[in-house]
Amino acid sequence: MPHDPLPNLIIMTKTITLTLKVWRQKSKSEKGKFEVYKADNIDTDMSFLEMLDVVNEKLTKEGKEPIAFDHDCREGICGACGAVVNGQPHGPLDATTLCQLHMRNFKTGQTLVIEPWRAKGFPIVRDLVVDRSSFDRIMAAGGFVSVKTGSAPEANSIAVAKKNAELAMDAAQCIGCGACVAACPNASAMLFVGAKVSQLSLLPQGKIESKERVLKMVKKMDEEGFGNCSNEYECEAACPKSISVTNIARMNKEFRQAEVDS
Amino acid sequence: MLDSKIPEGPLKEKWTKHKSKIKLVNPANKRKYHVIVVGTGLAGASAAASLSELGYNVHVFCIQDSPRRAHSIAAQGGINAAKNYPNDGDSIYRLFYDTVKGGDFRSREANVYRLAEVSNCIIDQCVAQGVPFAREYSGYLDNRSFGGAQVSRTFYARGQTGQQLLLGAYSALMKEVGKGAIKLYPRTEMLDLVIADGVARGIITRNLVTGKVERFAADAVVLATGGYGNVFYLSTNAKACNVTASWRAHKKGALFANPCYTQIHPTCIPVHGDYQSKLTLMSESLRNDGRVWVPKKKGDTRQASQIPEDERDYYLERKYPSFGNLVPRDLASRNAKLVCDEGKGVGATGQAVYLDFADAIKRLGADKLKERYENLFEMYERISGVSAYKEPMMIYPAVHYTMGGLWVDYNLMSNLPGLFVIGEANFSDHGANRLGASALMQGLADGYFVLPYTIGDYLAGVKSGQTKTDLPEFAEAEKQVKEKTDRLLSIKGKKTVDEFHRELGKLVWDKCGMARNDAGLKEALKRIPEIRDEFWKNVNVPGSGTDLNQSLERAGRVADFLEFSETLVRDALHRRESCGGHFREEFQTPEGEALRDDNNFCYVGAWQFQGVGNEPTLHKEALNFEEVHLAQRNYK
Ligand SMILES: Cc1cc2nc3c(=O)[nH]c(=O)nc-3n(C[C@H](O)[C@H](O)[C@H](O)COP(=O)(O)OP(=O)(O)OC[C@H]3O[C@@H](n4cnc5c(N)ncnc54)[C@H](O)[C@@H]3O)c2cc1C
Ligand code: FES
Repeated sequence: MPHDPLPNLIIMTKTITLTLKVWRQKSKSEKGKFEVYKADNIDTDMSFLEMLDVVNEKLTKEGKEPIAFDHDCREGICGACGAVVNGQPHGPLDATTLCQLHMRNFKTGQTLVIEPWRAKGFPIVRDLVVDRSSFDRIMAAGGFVSVKTGSAPEANSIAVAKKNAELAMDAAQCIGCGACVAACPNASAMLFVGAKVSQLSLLPQGKIESKERVLKMVKKMDEEGFGNCSNEYECEAACPKSISVTNIARMNKEFRQAEVDS
Repeated sequence: MLDSKIPEGPLKEKWTKHKSKIKLVNPANKRKYHVIVVGTGLAGASAAASLSELGYNVHVFCIQDSPRRAHSIAAQGGINAAKNYPNDGDSIYRLFYDTVKGGDFRSREANVYRLAEVSNCIIDQCVAQGVPFAREYSGYLDNRSFGGAQVSRTFYARGQTGQQLLLGAYSALMKEVGKGAIKLYPRTEMLDLVIADGVARGIITRNLVTGKVERFAADAVVLATGGYGNVFYLSTNAKACNVTASWRAHKKGALFANPCYTQIHPTCIPVHGDYQSKLTLMSESLRNDGRVWVPKKKGDTRQASQIPEDERDYYLERKYPSFGNLVPRDLASRNAKLVCDEGKGVGATGQAVYLDFADAIKRLGADKLKERYENLFEMYERISGVSAYKEPMMIYPAVHYTMGGLWVDYNLMSNLPGLFVIGEANFSDHGANRLGASALMQGLADGYFVLPYTIGDYLAGVKSGQTKTDLPEFAEAEKQVKEKTDRLLSIKGKKTVDEFHRELGKLVWDKCGMARNDAGLKEALKRIPEIRDEFWKNVNVPGSGTDLNQSLERAGRVADFLEFSETLVRDALHRRESCGGHFREEFQTPEGEALRDDNNFCYVGAWQFQGVGNEPTLHKEALNFEEVHLAQRNYK
């Protein structure tokens, strides 16, 4: 008999079966509740969102309405996706958005409780979709350098210490997903605001407006109903981009300085 | 013949002269002019911010919940500019030349020259906004090299250049929103363009949360709605990327240029299951150290490490000894397809080739590789579950970018007065193939430094505030949008929207993807209307039209892809030559390279809509090369 070697180039597909408890809510004003779905034959190479796609295709075929969830890039960069999975924003894997979380991180037979971000600043739109426009309003309050198109000087006319440029980039990686708010017991947006304040105040281009910026952004943040920081550090742990809480400390310093000066 | 309105005079002086002759709108009157900008990617956000700063009354629309999430956010590699900081001989002319050559001599010289000319201002602008570009220890900006160029002219912010540039443009946009100068409409989809007396007068939109259909009137409409790569279903584009805004403008008379010019990126993570929803790009830079190979024997199922050296085919090194693994995107992609078609592909589906780092690890050590590619190796492992330090990566080409788009003249205005198109949505600057790091440059050039001038030239010639939403054309367009939505919801068939999208995508990929031929294209032209007919009889769109309904959103976009794809295929069929991203198997050199036909096809092909399923009318814009000599690209 000819030897038939195991085709070991073929990645053996493994499938698992899960029970999903998913938050379903038709609109902001209607009451929501958990619904239970079976997710059979889930290929462990799927991403979490692909698993939801499969469940949604099945629901559609059964004449039911699919689960609404925000997503777009599916590469961990647009910040659209996100849900709390078994109590953890973006699920169990560190530094990973929901769209980049793969099903090989789960075991067959597991029950997954899937909920939207819950925070006063993020009203629920439908199912797992929330309204994060408060973040845009905070940005509109001061998250910019007021340079007009055409008025910029030659790019290399101002040198920026590499160290500061790197720190600014660390902060600038924020994808605005809102996991930090969802993770915080006070639903605080300090990590989001701190990251932007830090990025711009670390650079000479942003330094000039830094006092005004921090005062306006923090004021807006409070108005939007986000809570205060009580140093729980849950935000940093939940952040898919590992943005450090040192950005909150930097913002607090900027803020105190600005208050003294104003 | 179409009039591209290229200004007279020597190439190098065209833009400067044009700017100084352009009509101006009196600053006191600018507020009276309303401009609609659809899209908040690099092109839309930069245009909206700049127009608002000038004083125009700007209304901005996007699909996502925040303008910051536009697809531009995902660009990784970098943005080109002719700064010549490394002192390695770069210049505006060289950037211009590389772009024309890279585009396989199918772009407009005057546009490309202008693009190269304004490229430097973009970097200045972004740095001033606080974009944290990579820097050297001196504190000055760092550059790296990218495919298709022999100089280092690419500026970057780690592997997240698109994100940082978009956040810069978004912050400029939000600055204007904060002042109350821009009105922002997120989660709002444009579903039609309104034309009255042949002029663009406004748009019809659907609020994606409430389902409300609304009319918006303006003195000019700017489309910055991105590319149509998702016609292939699987692509590296974000899920919401679509052709809807462009297609509906096309149905209202805007010409669609060169739809068959689509770019396939050679290094993406292969498809691994039919549930797959999108493809992930692995940066091109990996080809600097990775060697591409397949087993010499067909259907060889041994593990990579079990295949001895002399039974491997390093086909790029074999066929292109001087460029080797670093040939341009189109060549690398096509050759991967060729070996897989021969049955030598690897992986579960046979649709993959190896990108092997074993030699580089031996030569440089794993640490060096980690320093260069850590985030990419991590991303690969996250998705595939395999460590590329131990096993070769498996890669396969995927649809990445679309060079075709709505036709625009030198002023970025379509053939419909008052309708401007910028960014990936237009066809303007990349010809038949785009060079790496040039899309970001074009989007921002259009938005920051070209449109703000050229739109003024148009607006200065029209009376402000003339348009009202009570024109009968608005009522008619609104009625049609509502009817289409109702129709989609009422079919209640048996197949889901995604099933149709997958079917269409596979067909277009097989017949009009990396390699195209007469028979295949004709077959696609037969199949597409059949799929489209079945869609309208048998699609199942659950839910209602009066709330957030993601199936309904997708259904509308897929319905448009089902019409648009026919024009894409027709364009590919009519272009009986191979150039850039368009490879017709019948037209190749004996060595298998693309064979252009400059005598018969040195033109832009712009299609005019004649009804769904009917053959559109072809209009031509002749391409005249005065500066650059037409030549066959050679990478041997
Ligand atoms: C993975 C990846 C990596 C890339 N890397 C690079 C790189 O390194 N360098 C480079 O130069 N290029 C790169 N590109 C290409 C580049 O990112 C895009 O070409 C460019 O960002 C497109 O910008 P845009 O502004 O034209 O459109 P987009 O960013 O696609 O924005 C489109 C906008 O239009 C809106 N929109 C669309 N339709 C409608 C509608 N009907 N109604 C309302 N709004 C609508 C969307 O909401 C969005 O706001 C990359 C592309 C991909 C996919
Ligand atoms: S979908 Fe973009 S970050 Fe997850």
